[in-house]
Amino acid sequence: MSSILMHAPALVIALPLLAAFVTPILGRFNRKTISWLASFTLGLTLLLTIFIAKQVLTNGPIVYVFGGTEIGLTLPFGYSMPIRIIFQIDAMGIFMGLITAVVAFLAAIYSISYMEQHTGLDKYYTLLLLLATSMFGMELTGDIFNFFVFFEIASISSVALVAFRSTISGEPAEAGLKYMVVSSISALMVLFAIGLFYGQYDALNIATIASVMQFTQLDKIALILLVTVLSMKAGSVPMHMWTPDAYSEAPAAITMVLVAASQASLYALFRITFSLYNVTLNTITVGWIIIILGVLSMFIGVTMAIIQSDIKRLMAYHAISQTGYMLLGVGVGLAVLTNPAALESYGIKAMEGGIFHIMNHAMYKGLLFLTAGSLFYRTGTRDLNRMGGLAHNMAYTATFFIIGAAAIAGIPPFNGFASKLIIYESVYQFNPLLSIIAMLVSILTLASFVKVFHSAFLGPQLEHYKSVQEVPKSMVLAMATLACIIVFFGLFPELIVKHIVHPAVMALIDQARYTATILGGI
Amino acid sequence: MIGNFPFVTVIILIGLGIYSLLFKKNLIKIAIGLTLIESGVNLFLIALGFRKEAVAPIYTQAPEGVKMVLPTPQALCLTSIVIGVATTALVLSIVMIIYQRYGTINTDEIRRLRG
Amino acid sequence: MIGGMSRIVRTMTTLIFGFIMVYGFYVIAHGHLSPGGGFQGGAIVASAFALLLVTYGTSQIQSFLSKDLLSILESTGLVLFITFAFLGLGATFFYNFVSNSGGLFGTPSAIGVNPGDLNTGGTITLMNMAVGLEVLAALGVIVLTMSVASETIHKKEKQ
Repeated sequence: MSSILMHAPALVIALPLLAAFVTPILGRFNRKTISWLASFTLGLTLLLTIFIAKQVLTNGPIVYVFGGTEIGLTLPFGYSMPIRIIFQIDAMGIFMGLITAVVAFLAAIYSISYMEQHTGLDKYYTLLLLLATSMFGMELTGDIFNFFVFFEIASISSVALVAFRSTISGEPAEAGLKYMVVSSISALMVLFAIGLFYGQYDALNIATIASVMQFTQLDKIALILLVTVLSMKAGSVPMHMWTPDAYSEAPAAITMVLVAASQASLYALFRITFSLYNVTLNTITVGWIIIILGVLSMFIGVTMAIIQSDIKRLMAYHAISQTGYMLLGVGVGLAVLTNPAALESYGIKAMEGGIFHIMNHAMYKGLLFLTAGSLFYRTGTRDLNRMGGLAHNMAYTATFFIIGAAAIAGIPPFNGFASKLIIYESVYQFNPLLSIIAMLVSILTLASFVKVFHSAFLGPQLEHYKSVQEVPKSMVLAMATLACIIVFFGLFPELIVKHIVHPAVMALIDQARYTATILGGI
Repeated sequence: MIGNFPFVTVIILIGLGIYSLLFKKNLIKIAIGLTLIESGVNLFLIALGFRKEAVAPIYTQAPEGVKMVLPTPQALCLTSIVIGVATTALVLSIVMIIYQRYGTINTDEIRRLRG
Repeated sequence: MIGGMSRIVRTMTTLIFGFIMVYGFYVIAHGHLSPGGGFQGGAIVASAFALLLVTYGTSQIQSFLSKDLLSILESTGLVLFITFAFLGLGATFFYNFVSNSGGLFGTPSAIGVNPGDLNTGGTITLMNMAVGLEVLAALGVIVLTMSVASETIHKKEKQ
């Protein structure tokens, strides 16, 4: 048993991959089983992720080598370098891995009932499993070209999922095309940057490149390309146009996974600025660029959200706005990276807030998208003006919506409050104005969600929604799990921050440890 | 100077690709733009591994003592080509769906999602 | 694409079709020795399918190339590929456990200039075959689906 668990990092991507390939064959014989197969596999993956997380948090980073036993190759004259594809899992990577595992598992559970009536289910689950695989790959890999490959797999599978409903109308295809163009350009620019690195340093391993990084003119070009395209894929403001379309047209469960997928891009952005460049950067400039991107995202996202009448589009704009909080928190940490006193007093705190917010956002935004999906499932519309009085029929959904909305608006005792409070406190010490903007955005978020709650759930029962019932059990189960996580994180934030978030932040800041994990071992 | 020609071509290809992405209204032309950028990036990778008077990196067929070009960028490029095929197929099939639904592939006429 | 092409094209296609297929399978099988491999060979075989589609039209080809069969082949190729990766778990995932073992595809490869031995490569050869199967089926499905879809669009426009 222990020998199998030794391979847990590989199994995390291998099991969903195997299930993805078996699904089309199985789908020919029995249509019902494939949804259970997907849920089962992703559940198993979740367990494996928790196991790896436990190991990483107690024993330090894990390195897993694919296709061989040694990372590197030592030539007869003594020159050695890492050549194999590796997974380098530290606390930050597995933190993102946990989010992905939870979100993908719950998406599969939710889909059991939600997608039951659709045709082409085998393709749906294949793509969902592929998307989960590629997200794990992006988060765990220690090889920059391998990152590109997983990045492309994530793009292709998520585009196909966004356009999945185009058999009914043309809009999903339109959203899918927009997303595809954005993703392809991002991926190709990432590849171009990889070419720049490889041309200079003859290495594809992130740790190796980081250890010899000179910060030449070409490195600056690569940095600009990477920051631009990764923040574009993460849905930050100047390049956010694809986000509302893709999020609102995808099936609800997929939207939840897409949120986590854009966070994987966000993770890559952090990994590149912190682990690859770190102090060779002019951290104050890059930090401020990220902070400004964050503040713009927060503000423009929420102002655009207020005027929307499509419930999923509204939530998508809020997702942009919440991404701003993460960028703000981590950007402050990056800006003070070279100043040990400031880093100690509030920089680490701000980063903890930002990183904790990633996890919280995945949970409550996932819950909100799932409630929107439930409303769509029963009413057949996403237009808020045509809904009303649904709290009478859908009590569970209404409750979950309240929990999600309270969390996103930062009301105690839910998890959004916990991370936002950390961000406000630490950012205030850095620059009071930024903190005030963040609070203002939070208030606007609350206003917007009060509007949604009012128009969708409150009011007299409408005539044509008399027969509407609560959604099926699997959907309630998925939403209830997320709601429990939200309340738990909100009640015991200290526990999570101390045991999961703080190690993740330290793993990002401490570049020397990241490179030593690989270069010490060859 | 002549050694830099591949890189000039790379810039021209990527520039043309970005131009057609930004200014063309026809969805097929946008797909062509994507392919152009991809070719530019692939050419960049291949040009990185080039050495003068070197042979193809096939171990069992190269005579002894002859320089070989670097095989890793070629492997990267192959992977990128394979992915590019999938991307192009996906873009083209989405364009077909859009044409089926809207009866046009002009970006000005198919923009239903706004704001 | 609708009714098929002239007699000249049909005759030529019947003549070349077999050669293209054989060449594609040759590239797949020699993936570990020469330029090419699973993807390239699969693409060549799929181009033979595309040639058939263009020449004979969609309706005639569908009895010969069924989409169901191709998608089963596609999944089989993928499952085979990942199975070989799993079998390496004795050491690590994707470990080449067949090479230098002496069995099928397990002969140690010779050092120095030599024409190359087909019986080497270990799992690389096997995976090339799996990938070749997958790619020829997947690209076949893609060209088939696209031609069927464009045919329906064409019919709609005529009405």
